[in-house]
Amino acid sequence: MKTETQNSHIGETLGHDSAILHVRGSARFTDDIREPRDILHAAIGLSEYAHATLVQVDLEKVRQAPGVIAVITAKDIPGANNFGAVLADDPILADTLVEYHGQAIFAVAATSANAARKAVLSASINYQDLPAILTARAAAEAHSYILPTEKLDSGDSQSAIDSACHQLSGEVNLGGQDQFYMEGQIAIATPEEQGAMQIYSSTQHPSEVQHIVAQALNIQSKDVTIICRRMGGGFGGKESQPSQFAALAAILAQKTKRPVKLRLDRDTDMRVTGKRHDFNIRYTVGFDKLGLIEGIEFKFSARCGMSADLSGAINDRTMFHCDNAYYLPNISIQSYRCKTNTVSNTAFRGFGGPQGMFAIEYVIDEIARYLNKDPLSIRRKNFYGIKNRNITPYQQKIRDNVIWRIVSELQTTSDYQQRKQDIAEFNANSRFQKRGIALTPVKFGISFTALHLNQAGALVHIYQDGSIHLNHGGTEMGQGLFTKVAQVVAEEFQVRPDLIKITATDTSKVPNTSATAASSGSDLNGKAAQQAALIIKARLIDFAADKYDIHTSEVIFKDSRVYIGDQSLPFEDLINQAYMARISLSSTGFYRTPKIHFDRTTFTGNPFYYFSYGAAVSEVLVDTLTGEHRLLRTDILHDCGNSLNPALDIGQIEGGFMQGVGWLTSEELCFSDQGELETHAPSTYKVPLCSDTPEDFRVNILRHNPNKENTIYRSKAVGEPPLMLGLSVFFAIKDAISSIANSALQAPATPESVLNTIKQNHLS
Amino acid sequence: MSKIHVVTRVNDEKVEFLCEPQETLLDVLRNKLNLTGTKEGCATGDCGACSVTLDGRLVCSCLTLAAETKGKSVGTIEGVADGDTLHPVQQKLLEHAALQCGVCTPGYVIAIKALLEKNPDPSESEIRYWLAGNLCRCTGYDKIITAVQDLAGQSDKFKEVV
Repeated sequence: MKTETQNSHIGETLGHDSAILHVRGSARFTDDIREPRDILHAAIGLSEYAHATLVQVDLEKVRQAPGVIAVITAKDIPGANNFGAVLADDPILADTLVEYHGQAIFAVAATSANAARKAVLSASINYQDLPAILTARAAAEAHSYILPTEKLDSGDSQSAIDSACHQLSGEVNLGGQDQFYMEGQIAIATPEEQGAMQIYSSTQHPSEVQHIVAQALNIQSKDVTIICRRMGGGFGGKESQPSQFAALAAILAQKTKRPVKLRLDRDTDMRVTGKRHDFNIRYTVGFDKLGLIEGIEFKFSARCGMSADLSGAINDRTMFHCDNAYYLPNISIQSYRCKTNTVSNTAFRGFGGPQGMFAIEYVIDEIARYLNKDPLSIRRKNFYGIKNRNITPYQQKIRDNVIWRIVSELQTTSDYQQRKQDIAEFNANSRFQKRGIALTPVKFGISFTALHLNQAGALVHIYQDGSIHLNHGGTEMGQGLFTKVAQVVAEEFQVRPDLIKITATDTSKVPNTSATAASSGSDLNGKAAQQAALIIKARLIDFAADKYDIHTSEVIFKDSRVYIGDQSLPFEDLINQAYMARISLSSTGFYRTPKIHFDRTTFTGNPFYYFSYGAAVSEVLVDTLTGEHRLLRTDILHDCGNSLNPALDIGQIEGGFMQGVGWLTSEELCFSDQGELETHAPSTYKVPLCSDTPEDFRVNILRHNPNKENTIYRSKAVGEPPLMLGLSVFFAIKDAISSIANSALQAPATPESVLNTIKQNHLS
Repeated sequence: MSKIHVVTRVNDEKVEFLCEPQETLLDVLRNKLNLTGTKEGCATGDCGACSVTLDGRLVCSCLTLAAETKGKSVGTIEGVADGDTLHPVQQKLLEHAALQCGVCTPGYVIAIKALLEKNPDPSESEIRYWLAGNLCRCTGYDKIITAVQDLAGQSDKFKEVV
């Protein structure tokens, strides 16, 4: 931990700014805001069919239910009936057609949440059933696509595969994942004078909620204010989804002229909101005797659901990440964005990247099984080079490759080789219990692939007593963004972080913000806040130099004081003097990521400013009679550049890893053959528990690796990349069962999946 | 339906309220008593975010009827700290940075406190299984486990357990 006397707040293990509030239970989440006396509570009525025409929607009984004040359908929406962020294909309320089981058809406002939730159950709706397509594979066969198929060809994959020494092809299914943020979706809309609307929304994307609500109410963006102090988790599930619930609350509030709260209960939340895309992956690969990949073809079919949502960019990112850390000179990728009659899948930590990386890691593992070699040797054989073999399939040159270093260090510190031998010995002597180990790398591209989103704004005020008000467009979902940005401002003014008031994200303070997503929160908002601080600081320096008749270079901020030549004064004294001299003590700041460009027509360019790296080794023990596994040990080495805050970054690494483990081992979304989600609560949908973490867990940040690009204090983004460290657990399970079965394991590797793999592919 | 008059103790203070027979303790705490530190994560007793104690026993307030608390004593997160002085459980969670979004944190404080009151020196395995009823989607749990081990005075044992 850095000491106070060093007076530097970068790299400090400063706790989360709300930590004390959280342990006392006094942090105010949206549902904890004290309710106005006349507030109404909303609930939504859901479709019971996956695909059907609405013949008759009779809501008379709903209207007459106790406590009900208002009922709305699509016809009551004053403006646009859409919350689709990219295409206008996501109705806030279904009008004549329902396209997934759980789609919202109407909403009610009542005097209590229970009254509203009870009332929606008394609707009488006549459906005309239509044929439903439920899986990605079925959609691909029926050519049912929500967006055009994208292709990326680099080199000549066909002839490289044909002329290679060995060929393999196969198919694997990869499950989706519910975000399962602990705080469900919620919005409170309050009508203001002159038709304006103020909304507390739990959202990663306040500006988008603002714009969607304005369009739905048929008013202008200036009349809608969105405020979010914190979310109880987001993970991508509060990027495009919250605008639907904010819009519903706002429409009901406008209609009733009363504040309206819409908070989804867990089951409704899981039924109605989008999840990580599940994939069907098909591949053909050609490789030499040592496992060097010469040519590869991928066909990705993603279940996008009933609308486009963010599926375009998500599937693009799958294409950008199916190389992971490997040089694939001859590659052909086809990405099918399948339209299905299921909930529209959406952003989830990794944003399509994890699915691409899973695909290439699966292929590498299959090559290793085929050649009877250690998968790690195949991985090393194919890693991107430092000076050559460093061009991605989309023609970006990799300039910051540290995967060799990370993997070598981790291989040594985890004692990989020795343990690999020990495991082989153990397995030879253990009939039913089998161990497995895997070391998997992560290389993740940082930037929004949509160029315009790579911008951010901030607002800094200094008051006469020297205290500082900080605001920016980023949102806090637990990751510690607000703490990091406050550290940046504290560093620039050389004051203690507790002098800085961190304030709620508010569309009336910083406009036109991008979602806090793509791991970009501190990269973008840190830089914007730094710029705002530097603008005020420059004014203060000019003022002090002028007043004390000294060169500007002799005005130095340090230890909460300002040194002006031979003398010094407390920071707040200089602020007060500047105020008296009529110096502006407020500034906005703005940042846009440099150097990035991408041509979608050719699928080439530099979509990423830089890459974040990491690797994990996991060892598991599998009971081959039950399919269950235990995670014995995980070692992680992860790249955060110069970490802004190691405590927060390690939190992201550990939490991301476990979320990846959940995705690939325990979290299974089961749909009935009618398209109804059957796992819509933690009783049936299993996120990892306290008892599921590695029995021995060793997590380290890569040292002495400042970002090669000029990011905020040379740090690196850390939100999403660690999720993919969870791949090591899946491949350790695959490794464990490979000694007794052809390990065509499907994901998630639940006990059933493991057991089925063993039963169906047992090596006799 | 007539309401039930309940006299109970919440965080050692006498509290009176009227509730519906089917109303949960969670809803009464949050909506009637303005004690919003107790959170709803699932409302089905599977996530632990609503953990409170009832006569010292750890319960899910979403599965406890408010009327059941008549004549009993309820402990919530708001009663854990002694004014400005944090309880050691709260302090250790802070020291270990064992929280992120914070929705599960109050439930953890209550559950850990209940564990240590029952068993002041739990093993790592006892900690993991006791806390398996409290979901956390952010931290990956490791720091929470370490914080409890630290409280149990056995933090140096952690890395030896394989």
